[in-house]
Amino acid sequence: MPSALINVPKKAKRGDVIEIKTLMSHIMETGYRHTASGDVVPRDIITSFTCRFNGAEVFRADLYPAIAANPFITFFTTVTESGKFEFEWSGDKGFSETAQASITVE
Amino acid sequence: MRIAACIALLTAMAGAALATEIPLSERRSGYSFMSADTRAMQDEDTANPGMLSVLDGETLWKRKAGTADKACADCHNDARVSMKGVAAHYPAFEKALGKPVDLEGRINVCRTNHQQASPFAYESRDLLALSAYVAQQSRGEPIAAGDDPELAPFVEKGHALFMQRQGQLNLACTNCHDDNWDKKLAGSAITQGQPTGYPLYRLEWQALGSLQRRLRACITGIRAQAYDYGSLELVELELYLMTRARGMPIETPAVRP
Amino acid sequence: MVIVRPADATPAMLQTAIRNVVGEANVRTGKVKLDIPPLVENGNTVPMTVSVTSPMTADEYVKSIHVFNEKNPQPNIGNFYLGPRAGRAQVSTRIRLADSQKVTAIARLSDDTFWSATADVVVTLAACTEEAI
Repeated sequence: MPSALINVPKKAKRGDVIEIKTLMSHIMETGYRHTASGDVVPRDIITSFTCRFNGAEVFRADLYPAIAANPFITFFTTVTESGKFEFEWSGDKGFSETAQASITVE
Repeated sequence: MRIAACIALLTAMAGAALATEIPLSERRSGYSFMSADTRAMQDEDTANPGMLSVLDGETLWKRKAGTADKACADCHNDARVSMKGVAAHYPAFEKALGKPVDLEGRINVCRTNHQQASPFAYESRDLLALSAYVAQQSRGEPIAAGDDPELAPFVEKGHALFMQRQGQLNLACTNCHDDNWDKKLAGSAITQGQPTGYPLYRLEWQALGSLQRRLRACITGIRAQAYDYGSLELVELELYLMTRARGMPIETPAVRP
Repeated sequence: MVIVRPADATPAMLQTAIRNVVGEANVRTGKVKLDIPPLVENGNTVPMTVSVTSPMTADEYVKSIHVFNEKNPQPNIGNFYLGPRAGRAQVSTRIRLADSQKVTAIARLSDDTFWSATADVVVTLAACTEEAI
């Protein structure tokens, strides 16, 4: 039951540069920790984050174990037209989650 | 032997004389001890990882459970209305049990009695999420726990536990959180130990956690044996802490270092 | 028998990680701003913002930002791929720092030049922490 929080302005003017904030629930287990009995806790992280706008990639990130639990990523994009942002997180153990947000150009 | 006992008594008395309850005007949330960066995480919902649990809790609120096949929402409807201010009054006296229960305990009473479902494990993801969702409905409401006269003996017991030296370091809660909250221990602010934002997201934990988890960590820190999750001692400590924080606004889900 | 567990990324590992990104190119100091608290309360969650001075036009923009550390078990932190339509070359995230150390951000511009900024972070250890796991 992973949750995501996305902050995208609902409306903007054509040509505006907007900030997008994303927060995804994930433990980001580094693979460098050990249990009390000495066993390595296997790595379980998100390795990739992508944001597309109307199908075209506008931002992408490769994540490593040094990204904190519940990855928080913010970035900017220029508003060109009304449409839909699609967010995708993928990673270890087949992790794959998506979220969407729409924006209207006034 | 008698001299040693005498010294111990004197030390205890000196400690008791120093320990005075912090007046309302001087009560400070852990928030005020934090760096600007950590405050910023709590200030904006999209930046606050605790909000992810609140979202999970909202889902659970509406999900049917148990042999009664009822969701929380089937009895309590819209939590934004029915749960507003509720967490500010917990722990509360539970008549059927003859003792106080904290918010987590109350949720499990509901699960057992009304949903006829198995109680959530302490510190489980689901229990934390539902507690966070319910408590978030009281964000900004002043803490008002301990009004019920039935609670008086339990508040008193919690207070006694707060004042009682224990563990290999022979420290009581009061020695740090009443007497030295304006100082630092290693690099960290000691703080007043005001329970205004639970369950909260602790950067150390990299997860949401309950007040009971925090209390257990503190007790382990003074090298004493921590009370079990769900024990009456922990609920009494929670209850005393909430009466001690009376009037302070709820911050759930808070962020702390 | 003595077993040595590689606890930290070595300077050589850091150099290799950087070379994997920049190749043989020269990395110059400048254009990049790395905002990270000099003293952090907990190394598990350290807020960080990287911004790059660039007009962000179709002809002149930031292609990517790469962030590295000196002393975690692994030298990479994250790679962020932008483009001219980003409008503003700035990304923020939260990172883990196992110890007090240097953090380096390197930006690749559209003309394939590389620019960097480095910051020192002191990680204080909390006095009362729970046992790990």
